[in-house]
Amino acid sequence: MENVIMQHQNNDAEKSDVPVIVIKDLHKAFGKNKVLKGVNLTVKKGENLVILGKSGSGKSITIKCIVGLIEVDEGEINVFGTDITKVDTDELNKTRVRIGFLFQNAALYDSMSVRDNLGFTLKRHEKDLSNDEVEQQIGEILESVGLAEAIDKMPSELSGGMRKRIGLARTLILKPEIILYDEPTTGLDTITSREISELVVEIQKKYKTTSIIITHDMACAKFTSNRLMILRDGIIYAEGTYDELEKTDDKWVRSFFL
Amino acid sequence: MNTVLTKKKEDLIQYFKEVCEDVGKTTSFSIRFFKEVIRPPYEMKEFIRQCYSIGYKSLPLVTITGFIMGLVLTLQSRPTLAKFGAESWLPSMVALSLIREIAPVITALICAGKVSSGIGAELGSMKVTEQIDAMEVSAINPFKYLVVTRILATTLMIPLLVFYADAIGILGGYMGINIHSEVGLYRYLAEVLESLKFVDIFPATIKTFFFGFFIGMIGCYKGFNAANGTESVGKAANSAVVTASLSIFIIDMIAVQLTDLFL
Repeated sequence: MENVIMQHQNNDAEKSDVPVIVIKDLHKAFGKNKVLKGVNLTVKKGENLVILGKSGSGKSITIKCIVGLIEVDEGEINVFGTDITKVDTDELNKTRVRIGFLFQNAALYDSMSVRDNLGFTLKRHEKDLSNDEVEQQIGEILESVGLAEAIDKMPSELSGGMRKRIGLARTLILKPEIILYDEPTTGLDTITSREISELVVEIQKKYKTTSIIITHDMACAKFTSNRLMILRDGIIYAEGTYDELEKTDDKWVRSFFL
Repeated sequence: MNTVLTKKKEDLIQYFKEVCEDVGKTTSFSIRFFKEVIRPPYEMKEFIRQCYSIGYKSLPLVTITGFIMGLVLTLQSRPTLAKFGAESWLPSMVALSLIREIAPVITALICAGKVSSGIGAELGSMKVTEQIDAMEVSAINPFKYLVVTRILATTLMIPLLVFYADAIGILGGYMGINIHSEVGLYRYLAEVLESLKFVDIFPATIKTFFFGFFIGMIGCYKGFNAANGTESVGKAANSAVVTASLSIFIIDMIAVQLTDLFL
């Protein structure tokens, strides 16, 4: 484990200073409940940013705003230089193709096999691919998440960890430049959580992706993060590396690391 | 006493507001359907799959109910017609009743129970498990793929199922007549066909398209707009059946009035 952490920390060299996601003064309320009250954050190319926070602090809302699943009330979300809060659906979809999203429960299409789950997305965006090429790409991606043998299974036949891996494979099939992980290890046992965390790091290295990882799992945060942010009362309360935040004087921040 | 009355009044106003809001949202949902239906790409594969699932898979249920409708209608009407010595009118009466009213309404109600609730539950569960969101973030239009295909399939399949139910019902009527007397199939069919006019078939067919459209649209609307939580899946399915059934009766009433006015 330590070795892998060291390897991953070395990976920092692959990051660049080019910002790919810039959020400015993001506000979102549901009725009278103001969830986001001015979130500001920047994610650089090749970076793994982990967002921590208590339940209901607006972590998932933030990443759902980034892909346009939730409309923002106020603020800017620049992804690859495009303010996605101001574009129409066609324009938004062009940006969405470059972003992968792993849902908390993987959100696999129940009525489709693993092959169709992956092929469905791929065929819609790569219309020139022949069936053999589609099949080959599905095989390669499943291989990279270590589940090549599950190709003909239905989602109902998969365990929680397998579902997450297949969800990740479906995300990767479009070769996204950014991946947003919504609690990738929630509901999994310690070993499977570690495997998923390792996979997140492997993907960052192999596909040179930029990621935002929402998690409560501190082991996952430590393992996957280049940088951490903590959301509190709708704003970014603290920011730094895992080691920096662990040693901070702020009691509330330190409570995450106990 | 006054407090109770005020509370009831507030509840009633709230209920009325919710109904108005629901009607408004359903209308805008329908408008979105008409916008999306003409815009490419067209999801032909999914549309055909839905036609198979909604049409072909409903055949056993429609066969049984259609046959029973015809048989029971004949058996129940026969004694009354016999009293007036008008037993020979039985084939015409059965055919007219079935084609103009009973088969379209009963088949549509059965489909509201089977299809509309199925669509409501399926889309509701997809919504709750974030599958619809997953499509959206993959830059796939879930409305086009899930909603447009299902509404088109019900709009096309319900009229075909009604035609089928008409035919099976008429066959059931033939069996009913032959329980008490002996009538040849050709003679029976000749009397049935002789009694039917354009004005009997045309309005009845047109209204089935509306039945189909509303069955699909209400099922999709309820499922697509289900709230979070598993409870909302059940609510979406239940609400889809109730609203679709109610809308069938309302459309039927309007169709009958319009037919009386213009034909």
